[in-house]
Order: sequence, then structure tokens, then C-alpha cells
Amino acid sequence: MSLFKFLRRGSAPVARERLQILLAHERCSSRGQTDLLGLLREEILAVISRHVSFEPEKVQIKMDRGKSVSTLAVDIEIPNGFGTAPA
Amino acid sequence: MGQVLVVTSGKGGVGKTTSTAALGAALARGGDKVVVIDFDVGLRNLDLVLGAERRVVFDLINVIHGVAKLQQALIRDKRLDNLCLLPASQTRDKEALTEEGVAEVITELRTKFDWIICDSPAGIERGATLAMRNADAAIIVTNPEVSSVRDSDRIIGLLDSKTVKAERGEQVEKHLLITRYHSARAARGEMLSIDDVLEILSIPLLGIIPESQEVLRASNLGSPVTLNNALSAPARAYFDAARRLKGEKLAMSVPSESRGILNKLFGRKAA
Repeated sequence: MSLFKFLRRGSAPVARERLQILLAHERCSSRGQTDLLGLLREEILAVISRHVSFEPEKVQIKMDRGKSVSTLAVDIEIPNGFGTAPA
Repeated sequence: MGQVLVVTSGKGGVGKTTSTAALGAALARGGDKVVVIDFDVGLRNLDLVLGAERRVVFDLINVIHGVAKLQQALIRDKRLDNLCLLPASQTRDKEALTEEGVAEVITELRTKFDWIICDSPAGIERGATLAMRNADAAIIVTNPEVSSVRDSDRIIGLLDSKTVKAERGEQVEKHLLITRYHSARAARGEMLSIDDVLEILSIPLLGIIPESQEVLRASNLGSPVTLNNALSAPARAYFDAARRLKGEKLAMSVPSESRGILNKLFGRKAA
């Protein structure tokens, strides 16, 4: 593509792609389909809290919903010398 | 202690969300710690205008219900790390937003940020009254157009009666932000002038944002106009407004688009 064409192409294609990705994710959840990222987040935290007691503030959760790939990052600060939480 | 601002208008589509993002980013650029809160439950859009829509995990209602800690729900801007977003819930119903819950969240934010900017939904219902409830100051966004001016007048009435400050017998400081202003059309008498609007609403003027294609371009790209093109006319107007919020006295002007050599060559902006 020539530089001229690139400059003229403008910002609308970016807007279009952002909306397509966002709406694909939003439509899934509004149709009652499981939000996989949300489910994984809940279950990961549940499993960890069975073994370790951690402060909710020490958990950072990041998500990035992409077109073909989404990412989930769960960052938990676990204190040294923790005791196992009662089962 | 942080200052709580509400960006409100009554009428929809006048530029509340655009202005919240632009002013928030302008204040953050100046080094202040800023959080912008979306109060439009069910129809959030501040995340999209800031380009953070893919990264929303928790929202304001999750924090109020104790599902998430405030620190977990805040989304840090990728360009400015002293700018944070607290998104609105997209699914839950508006009743989930409680007066006490909102007050608690705002109290906590006051200790962490210099500016807490509440982006109000349109209308005069619960979401709008809760957004203004704890405000120290209000930015009333108005287009130079009859229905927008009328609705702004209605909102000014609510600011004087429904806020915590009003109930204590104090005044919420009010600032008028005129957006989508077209100098040439106003000069030809086709559009209400700044003086017309000021005379009718009689509150102090914070800024005049000219109509510009840069605003649409910035929202397409998910970047506040003050970050996307800081030298554009609307961005300069928002930067001036941000400085006035901090107490600076600046002469009021309507910035105009300076046409660079590339634009002159192509005869238009690449937008």
C-alpha cells in the first residue's frame, strides 16, 4: 500500500476491529454462554485458597480479550511460611 | 484529599465521556493522580473511549458488593500510569448501585488520587444523581443548541438540591464546558454564541471545545484526544480547561486547527 493510501485510510478500520472483538465477547456473555475467562479465574482462586490463605488485596488479575486468543493472568502474593488453610 | 468532579449534562451525546477521558488524561499528563469512574450501568463506554475495553475484569458494582477489592477493579492506563479507570457494570441492573456503596468507594478513592472524575449517564435518573451525589465540583457539558442548554439548566437545579454539599447548605462549584462549538456558524448567527449560553445558564465558563474531526478519530483509536493528538485544537482546549480546574487564570479562546504542510498538500486531514 502506498504511503498516500495508508494516510488516507484513517482510523475507522481500527474502530471496526475493536468493536468486532468487543461485541463478540459481550454477545457470548449476554446469551448466557459461560464466560470461560471468568470461570477459570473463579476456579483458580478457589483451588489456591484451599491450600493457602491469602489476602484478597494481594491478588492481581489481568485479562486481555483478543480476536483469536485471550489471556488471563492471576498474580498472587503468597507469604512465606504460610500454614495450610483448614480443609 | 482528592477532589471529586462530576461530568454531567442531562442530555445524551453532548460529549460527557469524551470530556471525562480528555480532561482525565490532561490532568494525568500534568503529573496528578487521576481516576475516572463510569456511572453508566448497563451502557458503559468510558472503557472503549480509553481503549481499555478488552482489559475489564471487575467493575464498580463488584466493588460495592465486596466481590472485588477496589485495587483489583482499577484498570491502569497503558500510556499514563497515574491514570486509572473504574468501569461500570455492563450486565447488572442499576438498583445494584447504592448510595452508601458509592459514598464508600469515593471516600477510599479520595485518599489515593488527586482527582476523582465521575462520568455521569445521560438523564436525571438514579445513575445521574448518584454520579453527582458526592461531587465537590461539577462540569456541565453543553452544546450550543436549545435542548442541550435547557437540559443543562435542569441539571444545575439538581446539583443545587440533590448533592451532599447542597444538603449541607454548601455549593457544588459549577463549571460550564461548551463542546462542539463552531465559531464561524456562531458568527453567522446560525448557532447560539458563547455569550448567549453564558447569559442563559449564568455559571462560569471552563472552556470551549471546537467541533473537530480529531474527536472522532481519537475515539476510533481508543485514546483520549489529549493523548492522541495533543496539538490538535480540541486537545489544546481541554488542556486549558484542565489548567483552569487547577486554579490557573487563562484568557479564554477557541483554539483553531492549524493546518500543517501535509494537510495543506492533501487538502484535508487524514481522519
